[in-house]
Amino acid sequence: MSDLGVDLGFLKLKNPVLAASGTFGYGLEFGPFLDLDRLGGFVVKGLYYGPRQGNPPPRLVETPSGLINAIGLQGIGVEAFAEKVLPRLRTLKTAVIVNVCGGSEEEYVRVAEFLNGCEGIAAYELNISCPNVRTDGACPAFSPERTRAVVREVKRASRRPVITKLSPNVTDIVEIALAAQEAGTDAVALVNTFLAMAIDIESRRPKLGNVLGGLSGPAIKPIALRMVYQVASRLKVPVIGMGGIRTGADVVEFMVAGARAVQVGTANMVDPDACLRILEEVEDYARRKGLGRLAEIVGTVKI
Amino acid sequence: MFKDPDARIVGREAWGDYVLLTFDSPAVSALARPGQFLMVKVADGPYPLLRRPLGIHLRKDKTLGVFFKIAGEGTALLARKNPGEALDILGPLGKGFSVDPCLAGKTVFAVGGGRGVAPLYFLAWELRALGASVKILYGGRTRDDVPLAARLRDDAFDLVLTTDDGSAGRRGFVTAALEEEIDRSSPVLICACGPDPMLEAVARIAAERTLSAELSLESRMGCGFGACWGCVQRVRVEGQPAWVKICEDGPVFPSGAVVWEKDAP
Repeated sequence: MSDLGVDLGFLKLKNPVLAASGTFGYGLEFGPFLDLDRLGGFVVKGLYYGPRQGNPPPRLVETPSGLINAIGLQGIGVEAFAEKVLPRLRTLKTAVIVNVCGGSEEEYVRVAEFLNGCEGIAAYELNISCPNVRTDGACPAFSPERTRAVVREVKRASRRPVITKLSPNVTDIVEIALAAQEAGTDAVALVNTFLAMAIDIESRRPKLGNVLGGLSGPAIKPIALRMVYQVASRLKVPVIGMGGIRTGADVVEFMVAGARAVQVGTANMVDPDACLRILEEVEDYARRKGLGRLAEIVGTVKI
Repeated sequence: MFKDPDARIVGREAWGDYVLLTFDSPAVSALARPGQFLMVKVADGPYPLLRRPLGIHLRKDKTLGVFFKIAGEGTALLARKNPGEALDILGPLGKGFSVDPCLAGKTVFAVGGGRGVAPLYFLAWELRALGASVKILYGGRTRDDVPLAARLRDDAFDLVLTTDDGSAGRRGFVTAALEEEIDRSSPVLICACGPDPMLEAVARIAAERTLSAELSLESRMGCGFGACWGCVQRVRVEGQPAWVKICEDGPVFPSGAVVWEKDAP
């Protein structure tokens, strides 16, 4: 039996498979379909300080092997989360990571400070990369300066480890990742969705209410993998890889490319028990390869 | 709700673009209520990626059925499935119609447009079992869009059939027939499923007569169980319009709560 455990330095996970924010609700939605305790962890849906209404529909468009979403971070806000959701998550034996959002640096800090007062959270994932909260897709992760500023402020305010989630919609993601590292992030998670669009040719209208959205799903996996490889080759802090993962083989690929852990996103929406199937496939690989510790494969791509 | 990856198909019928698949799924069937839906996987691989939301059309013991129109690649693949093959389903999902014992002896209208008749068949049987008197108003564009008319008659449901072009039943919209029939049979409840303009007309007609109506909304969905917030409808919540998840808070809503686009703030 291989040891699937993952040590991120600031956080130990029982295995490398996390469920990604935005695709896993607040976690509880998946209770009927899988044993949440078997996950390495999960990242709850992005939280602003207050409740948020999100974008007008249509919010989803399916594309070949992919999904464009423009939800716009509709959510319940930190107070309702702390009151109604967190007490139920606290009983779980898995890492609960909270995705922290903000319309300004001050709001990111306020959310982190509020959550500092709550128990049962393993880390914050700093969401500086959602493409759907402005109509032009822009976000702090587009610039090294803004990335540095938000990470620095949140790190200063936070009593918990901070994972910075990066956008792929940049010229050089390594530059942004280095900026996050310099500002003190404990890890980076990449990639968020790719800015995308779809048009109805009958009406010539955009298929999404927000015009633009973010592409996820198997269609993006090779590009996400490339970015994880590039970033992991240059960073000292751990990299959490994601983008189109739907099989154990995908997980292994990301780990070999340099990811210490991974997040499974869109696959959860198709199969609510996807993470467990994927985990079993990873376990089979580790057994087949006779790995004592799965973590041995991290960053071992032979160039 | 469950995931049943092995719901064995036991029957397939087709009428042009309309298909009825029946399959055995004891666990899901046991919990199914009229107006609830299933998320049905259409392909094993990543394309098409998402499951398709389909209303539960019938339940008979451990057997469930979905009735749908081929509208794209996903439903086209689904339409090619045959008895003996397995369907991978999630369900039952969402909140359905109120099938309340107090409806016994009362008249309930079930109004369906095109494929929107799907959940009304299950509803009609449950209401009948309860002792309610059900009138089904079933409309489509042409006779090809009302393939279940013969079955509804065979099942001895009181049926009002309409087509836009008059090729079967009365000529005109099903909502015009609804107005006439309300004056004739005074229903206590109207349950409707169909395209949004039809539902909006049903809501208006019900409101004008202070009748209760429940509308089953259609939407593309991501997950189907409340996690992705991809399917939303503007609904009044404590008086305030809010984006509400169709999959979890619906797909059936009281007609007065739904905020239509023209009335949106």
